[in-house]
Amino acid sequence: MAILVDENTKILIQGITGSFGGRHAQLSLDYGTQLVAGVTPGKGGQTFADRVPIFDTVSQAVETTGATVSAIFVPPPFAADAILEAADAGCELIIAITEGIPVMDMMRVRAAMEGKKARLIGPNCPGIVTPGRGQDSTGGCRIGIAPGYIHKRGKVGVVSRSGTLTYEAVWQLTNLGLGQSTSVGIGGDPINGTTHLDILKMFNDDPETEAIIMIGEIGGANEEIAAAWAKEYCKKPIAAFIAGATAPPGRRMGHAGAIISGGKGTAAAKIEALRDAGIEVAATPSDMGNALVRAMG
Amino acid sequence: MNIHEYQAKELFEKFGVPSPKGRVADTAEQALTIASEMGDQIVVKAQVHAGGRGKGTFKNGFKGGVHVVTDAKEASDLAAQMLGQVLVTHQTGEEGKLVSKVMVAEAVDIKKEYYLAILMDRESRSPVIVASTEGGVNIEEVAAVTPERIFHQTVHPLLGLQAYEIRKVAAKLGFSGDQAKQFGKLLSALYRLFIECDCSMVEINPLVVTPDGRVLALDAKFDFDDNALYRHPDIEALHDPTEQDPREVEAAKYHLNYIGLDGNIACLVNGAGLAMATMDIIKHFGGEPANFLDVGGGASQEQVTNAFKIILGDPKVKAILVNIFGGIMDCDVIARGIVAASKEVSLNIPLVVRLEGNNVAAGKRTLAESDVALTSADTLAEAAEKAVAAIKA
Repeated sequence: MAILVDENTKILIQGITGSFGGRHAQLSLDYGTQLVAGVTPGKGGQTFADRVPIFDTVSQAVETTGATVSAIFVPPPFAADAILEAADAGCELIIAITEGIPVMDMMRVRAAMEGKKARLIGPNCPGIVTPGRGQDSTGGCRIGIAPGYIHKRGKVGVVSRSGTLTYEAVWQLTNLGLGQSTSVGIGGDPINGTTHLDILKMFNDDPETEAIIMIGEIGGANEEIAAAWAKEYCKKPIAAFIAGATAPPGRRMGHAGAIISGGKGTAAAKIEALRDAGIEVAATPSDMGNALVRAMG
Repeated sequence: MNIHEYQAKELFEKFGVPSPKGRVADTAEQALTIASEMGDQIVVKAQVHAGGRGKGTFKNGFKGGVHVVTDAKEASDLAAQMLGQVLVTHQTGEEGKLVSKVMVAEAVDIKKEYYLAILMDRESRSPVIVASTEGGVNIEEVAAVTPERIFHQTVHPLLGLQAYEIRKVAAKLGFSGDQAKQFGKLLSALYRLFIECDCSMVEINPLVVTPDGRVLALDAKFDFDDNALYRHPDIEALHDPTEQDPREVEAAKYHLNYIGLDGNIACLVNGAGLAMATMDIIKHFGGEPANFLDVGGGASQEQVTNAFKIILGDPKVKAILVNIFGGIMDCDVIARGIVAASKEVSLNIPLVVRLEGNNVAAGKRTLAESDVALTSADTLAEAAEKAVAAIKA
């Protein structure tokens, strides 16, 4: 099962001809992902890596190839348009990797997508990996920029606002012999498509997922909201880590959303909410894998 | 990004948000000219990005960065005492800030003070208007003590500010008649400014009503969305690098995400979340981080070298912790950057390196074969413990 995507999911990449998009498109192909189309306006008719057809519009790509998921690698000034185009073309899942999209653009995109069937993940996120069933977990679905080789097929769901911190957690799990059902990066921006809570609910309903790691950081109230829900409804053990305990207030710590403003969004408040929900909080980022082991008892 | 008060005032004028008459001066002569247009109540304000100006002290002993006077000559004398001097307030730190401009403006009498702000609310994913009848004071204190005196109005992201929403906020603040009309125009202009300039926050504290019935923005604070500056070159041009930590100015040149802190263990990390977590783990083991530094997901050798130079340019730094999880990024690129940096700058403090991930074997080999003196670590915890131990040794 896993959540959101699996080895049969057909994906397309918007911005496949850019150097960043192209590089990660190749890595996804190498991982065994069903990358069936690319989209770059003005480059329709070309081919990526001698096998992936490129289209001018997302509609053409979806109609011709049956892709249901789009990964967005286009530069920030064009990213909002690209997301809306994917939603209009009927993509069920849109994963925006692009970092640096203006907040006003995301505000309008979210409002415009209200009531539509498409789910947005990101922006400013590493994407999703559902490790494969083949040898060394190949044949899975890798969308985005995460390194495929650190993953191992298994039963732990991972959800995080940060890229490299997710890799750190996944790598710790893999080294402990604990594989992952799906690893989801929801992104570090203040307005994004999918929250910790949305992903927790999916993991809770996924028969393959037996435990969950949730990685958060300072800013907003996303983690507190997820914790309050988990306290009442989550049937599975959860471990968590919150980054930014030492961050000074009022400073944006790299991610646009990682800022303590007006005394809100502190690591201390988040950690307290998580503990109150019975979630095992890792004391350090080196302790994430072990925290999950403790949570599973 | 922050801007100066006089720049905020210029933006207000451009969008039609009423504020007291006034202009900025670089010299005492300019201050005299402007002051002579202002009537018999003139305020002179030092232009620095810091609160507490009124209660600040200049390093030459002159007290107060904000003064009200009654004639133009006095205003000019005050400007002469402030310009070129360093002002220390509770927000500037001991080093203070150089005052190179003063604002000379009409000092208005105040009948009543209000608070008005528009901010981007992440939970509702919409602009929210925040207004209060308690102005001129710290709004967080009002929120804590008398939350019923703060009103919120969410604005639909696609519809924009509606006339009824303006009337509702005006009524909540107790405005009626001509003042409600003036307030409506002001709020409408402020909302347009907020949207068109890609603000994440604009705050007027206080908004005032004068004895002669005018509604004016007396002070303003702006916060712009850095991600949107590419489409606002005019706003980006308002950026004053002399107001920023010089280490941060230098880091920005190389597209490095750097924030200076007060500790003595510098860190160099890829990824914002991991960079924050690395600071946290240093603290966990009893150390103090000297900075936040995210070299990004695809850092080049040159960026790593420059990152080292910036770190080593900070005299407080007594040890360096490099923590790289090379997902896609090649660990060997980082290793070569470290070696190159050590050739250009003398590395005479302990360096602890933790490399993990893509091409890690090659990276470790590059470091081992170089003559760079370093301690390596396999896990983040081990690296942090070693860095803290190095300081205490």
